[in-house]
Amino acid sequence: MNPLTGYLLLAALLFSIGLAGVLTRRSAILMLVGMELMLNAANLNLIAFWRYGPNPAAMTGVLFALFSIGVAAAEAAVGLGLLVAVARRVRTTDVDQMDAMRG
Amino acid sequence: MNFSFLLVAALTLAGALAAMALRNLVHCVLALVVGFVGLAAIYLQLGAQFVGLAQIFVYAGAVAILAAFVILLTQGVEHRTRPAAAMDWAVGALLACGVFAVLAWAVVRGVAHLPIAAPPSNAGVHAIGDAMLHRFVLPLEVAGLLLTVALIGAVLLAMRDGEAGA
Repeated sequence: MNPLTGYLLLAALLFSIGLAGVLTRRSAILMLVGMELMLNAANLNLIAFWRYGPNPAAMTGVLFALFSIGVAAAEAAVGLGLLVAVARRVRTTDVDQMDAMRG
Repeated sequence: MNFSFLLVAALTLAGALAAMALRNLVHCVLALVVGFVGLAAIYLQLGAQFVGLAQIFVYAGAVAILAAFVILLTQGVEHRTRPAAAMDWAVGALLACGVFAVLAWAVVRGVAHLPIAAPPSNAGVHAIGDAMLHRFVLPLEVAGLLLTVALIGAVLLAMRDGEAGA
């Protein structure tokens, strides 16, 4: 059995766990955490395909994963900053109660 | 499919599951750190040492700490969200299972007959730095600009009104 299968299945499981979290949890913070999990699953795919791909010497998979980590960090910072601002206005982090356009 | 991969994969999955399932938000973030460290170990197994290090620095360090800070900063507000209705929970779990089934089907069908590649000869920091400053220098600069703008923006967003001084 190709070792790539194990890594890809692990990434698929991580993605599904993150997706389930985003869909079922009502806390905005945990929804962001679930999105981070999904991004991590994508990064694992990039690294696994780099390692078992036809041309690992080009380093494209590693570099793509590094840039993806950087973009995810920016996304997390902005998302959590937005969350602090929203929570200060509506006094909740429950996404079901954030239902007004004017806080 | 060796033993160490299975062990680390189980640890990662347990951390991710606990991060999505626990009730206390601080416990969720701690479980998330376990998942991120497990993923870093998997990167090390795959021979991508620098990505594993970046994973620990950025995710287990910065992102998890940031999430913990936001949980503590929003302490005064209502955290005790009511648990999702059974219907919502079932729909979410069903959708996630469906997505996993499709992904697993594609992986098992598509990967099985790929050739097993030899490990890359040079995957060290030297090769990464070389690629980053020659072939990928423009994305590197754009990523730096993006991080600067995003972090300044995050500070401005989280600042109280009237505190900005401008």
